[in-house]
Amino acid sequence: MATAGPVRADLRAESGAVAVFARRHRVHPLEALPWAAAIAAFALFPSYLPLGAQILATILFALSADLVLGYAGIVTLGHAAFFGVGAYTAGILAAHGWGEPISGLIAAALAAALLGLISGLVVLRTTGLTLLMQTLVVATLLHEAANKASALTGGDDGLQGMVVWPIFGLFRFDLFGRTAYVYCLVVLFLGWWTARQIVQSPFGRSLTGIRENVLRMHAIGAPVMRRRLVIYTFAAGLAGTAGALIAQTTQFVGLGFLGLERSGTILIMLIIGGVGRLYGAFIGVPLYMIAQDRFSAIEPVYWYFEIGLLMVLTVVFARGGLFALIDRLRR
Amino acid sequence: MNEATTALALETRLLCKSFGALTVADRIDFRLQRGARHALIGPNGAGKTSFVNLVTGALRPDSGEILIDGSVVTELAQSVRVKRGLARTFQVTALFRRLSALENVTLAIAEREGVAGDLARPAGRYRWIIEEAFALLEGLELAADALRPVNMLAYGRQRLIEIAVALGLGPKVLLLDEPAAGVPSRETELVASVVERLPSDIAVLIIDHDMGLVFRLARRITVMVEGRILVEGPPEAIAADPEVRRVYLGEHERR
Amino acid sequence: MADTLSAAISIGFHGLAFAMVLYLISVGLSVTMGMMGFVNLAHGVFAMLGGYVVTSLMSRHGVPFAAALAGAALVTALGSIVVERLLYRPLYGGDDLDQVLLTMGLVFMSVATATYLWGPIPQPMRPPRWLSGEIAIGPRGFPAYRSFLILSGAALVTVLWLGLERTPLGVRIRAAVDNLRMAQSVGINTSRLFTLTFALGSGLAGLGGGLGADLLAINPNYALDNLVYFLIVVAVGGLGSIRGPFVAALLIGVADTGFKYLLPELGAFVIYALTMAILLWRPRGLFGRT
Repeated sequence: MATAGPVRADLRAESGAVAVFARRHRVHPLEALPWAAAIAAFALFPSYLPLGAQILATILFALSADLVLGYAGIVTLGHAAFFGVGAYTAGILAAHGWGEPISGLIAAALAAALLGLISGLVVLRTTGLTLLMQTLVVATLLHEAANKASALTGGDDGLQGMVVWPIFGLFRFDLFGRTAYVYCLVVLFLGWWTARQIVQSPFGRSLTGIRENVLRMHAIGAPVMRRRLVIYTFAAGLAGTAGALIAQTTQFVGLGFLGLERSGTILIMLIIGGVGRLYGAFIGVPLYMIAQDRFSAIEPVYWYFEIGLLMVLTVVFARGGLFALIDRLRR
Repeated sequence: MNEATTALALETRLLCKSFGALTVADRIDFRLQRGARHALIGPNGAGKTSFVNLVTGALRPDSGEILIDGSVVTELAQSVRVKRGLARTFQVTALFRRLSALENVTLAIAEREGVAGDLARPAGRYRWIIEEAFALLEGLELAADALRPVNMLAYGRQRLIEIAVALGLGPKVLLLDEPAAGVPSRETELVASVVERLPSDIAVLIIDHDMGLVFRLARRITVMVEGRILVEGPPEAIAADPEVRRVYLGEHERR
Repeated sequence: MADTLSAAISIGFHGLAFAMVLYLISVGLSVTMGMMGFVNLAHGVFAMLGGYVVTSLMSRHGVPFAAALAGAALVTALGSIVVERLLYRPLYGGDDLDQVLLTMGLVFMSVATATYLWGPIPQPMRPPRWLSGEIAIGPRGFPAYRSFLILSGAALVTVLWLGLERTPLGVRIRAAVDNLRMAQSVGINTSRLFTLTFALGSGLAGLGGGLGADLLAINPNYALDNLVYFLIVVAVGGLGSIRGPFVAALLIGVADTGFKYLLPELGAFVIYALTMAILLWRPRGLFGRT
């Protein structure tokens, strides 16, 4: 197809495009920053480790939401369902005599992934409002189920009596949160690394295609439903893992883990940092949670208002979150 | 009889589709030869777009058969027909908007090669796919824009990327739905010359209104009216046909 | 036998009252979503506002019931115009996510504002004297307020349907919902039409919220708590449909009332399962356009 085309020099410069494109997956030095920061925080803020552990687990949750929303373009209001199922699975196991954390974590991930698969088979056949609505119904359904099965879940009062055993029999979960912090950090790292691999793979690339133009995706022969189902299931498992982390490190699970509010706030945290960039979670979650820790204790009502206002203002002025803002400023 | 049918890249037999009282396809017998340069024309509402949708699988026929390269595909889904060698471009550009030109084409090639579902390895390891995509863009003189998001490019170049994406699928049959639609007249030449230079082993079907483009590019023309094929033949015969004149002139008079 | 009949009548009656409230609130959402394709999750805020206006006017200012209702409809309609022009308009035809975020943000703000203005406790709904107590229909007594709810709901629905069928405005609304681009090409000013439709829909929602204050409690979490119900009615009925949500509201209203009465352990669980089943069978809703 190449005809008597560009001059040799131009050709070299332009095949640079191929090289740049092929290098995209390489680890950039800046990517070490969040981990360095997390390790530094461990050393520098010993009294904030419980909050830190929560933040790390929530980043994992936000990451899973980014895979679904930012990469596959599936707008869902029910992602907390998977978070909640993971939390309750780990919680119920720990409250009924099996407090081993790692196996509890795996069980939670599998339970959430299974739910993701089943609900995905139903929900992902539609798009737009119907999809959104169905995800909300699934989450509400589970919320209602958890409420009614109060013998198992503790209902409105939340799950009581969780006993989590030390990790590998050695590392106890103490009041200072040291074990919790490291536990969450390691799980987050593993989850992040896996997510990163997926996003950089041909599969991950095809997800962005599905997000950008489903019609075109069908027209190039892609099995769209299958791809969406795979990422939905994986993200559900990841969300369930995050839920289990929170349950195990705080020894509590409540109905709020499953609700619309939880799905909504994780969206906000993601939006602040930027969707579809994998790092939006690392920025948005700490910002939100630290701010919440500072301000919501003073007057919870005001906090809620401010969050709502932030969402509105973000859409009106700063679409794409911080990342996009930085992009725009750079140009 | 077998020799004749295996030479056909695309064929429809007695293809029918109606929406209630509206018949968009009325027993259409259509044949596209291998390596053809064929055009499908007709007034608005003739059923051309419906025909394309029936062939690609976006629409299910009421009856009739569709064959690609001699094998029946009537019951097969869109994505399967693509694997059998059918590719199309859209009348209104349908690209992956925020992705780069190179990314758009690599996605198509990755699907063709069956590696698009690979979860384990980075996409960058499939260097040969990226190089093929780049070569395709080079051939269409789009190399300079390879890394730019397609929604930032001039519309004419976007139409060309549409064609590049379709070519990336390695098709046997290429359906071009109004390839120059919406393109400013100075860029139409670019699109036309690209279509002229398409590989000779691909069967090309162009659906268009632009008579200049059609008469320049097509070696054979089919005229469709109200869901039926009116007449078919080489450009000179079509131009001279009084029935065709009536259908088109009649349309002009109504305005 | 007489017991089951009695129970059935009760369920039918209360279910119908609930359905009226659900429909009045949700029909505006269905029409505006169908017309502009805008995901408005904050629709419940207008219903809530109507509820607060009615209860506040009646209990704090002694305003008579009818006037309070009219006030609620007016306030919500006007408020919705402001919201639509300022915030919603720039997002038409845009990303779904933006719309979800904006409207969710509004919901959160509404929760905070309502808590600040009226406190966290649900507003008590005291029906006017002439509507309290029971009325006798045949051998049974029925709560007067709920009977009024059903009758006034039916009247409003009739006026709505007649208006949409017979008046020029109604015709234009239906045309725009059916095919926006075609409506524009025939010279209908769709942006002004949309603002008007939005105001009407929100005003109706405010009315529904006020009328239904004793079925859907007026508390700060109203818009969040009841969002699922409104979305279910719209989705099951069919986006853009006017009759569809009525059938959906009837189904949901009666089923919800029935199951809460007969199988309280299951509660609303059945409704959600029923919704999923219906949407599996008909993803566009019962009366949705293909």
